[in-house]
Amino acid sequence: MEFSRRDTLALGLGAVALTVLPFQVSAAADDAIASFTGGADMADTGLTLTAPEIAENGNTVPVSVDAPGAVSIMVLATGNPTPDVATFNFGPLAAEQSASTRIRLAGTQDVVAIAKMADGTFARASQAVKVTIGGCGG
Amino acid sequence: MASGVKPRVKVPKTAAAGEAITIKTLISHKMESGQRKDKEGNKIPRSIINRFTVEFNGESVIDATLEPAISTNPYIQFEAIVPEAGEFKFTWYDDDGDVYDQSKKIAIG
Repeated sequence: MEFSRRDTLALGLGAVALTVLPFQVSAAADDAIASFTGGADMADTGLTLTAPEIAENGNTVPVSVDAPGAVSIMVLATGNPTPDVATFNFGPLAAEQSASTRIRLAGTQDVVAIAKMADGTFARASQAVKVTIGGCGG
Repeated sequence: MASGVKPRVKVPKTAAAGEAITIKTLISHKMESGQRKDKEGNKIPRSIINRFTVEFNGESVIDATLEPAISTNPYIQFEAIVPEAGEFKFTWYDDDGDVYDQSKKIAIG
């Protein structure tokens, strides 16, 4: 099979579109993070996000978050049509600031968690999850 | 759509005062995300549990905001302190305005 000049150009454009696309998707996630943190800096430690490296079924992906001393933890799926997943607010009777749940992931992407600490600082953790079958049924 | 919604929670029957216990909750709910389409290509409207709260003797343990990205039959596990004997109250809020609740008593011993 021979590529004409036109084919080659089209392929090139397609490749460019593919590399640009993920950034557009995560713009919504960045907005969600900004509205949660108010633009504050985020530390890399203090929050543990546990998610599988490979999830066969994107409909139920077990994730857990743990951030000692946090008042709330927000979980985001950066590659979903709407990135918000859940926000956990911990009350005075929470023994540990941790929670586990099962989430839907539309495809292979980064899962991000942001914890708001009692002293007003923020911590961030992220984990890449490979998804074999997407879970949003478009 | 609120048919077949059944909340289930797992709480130990007894605990030592001040002990941290693990609580597991599950509610059967289809959590329609609002992204799916039916055979005719029409969007199926969103219908999810959007909030889940737990209180112990009126004091908050956890208050979670849930979005459509939570799986069908939302499962949530967390840790709680039991300062005295009392009752956990679990509440789920549905998009259609329904509220499902469940309570579990716990004794000190």
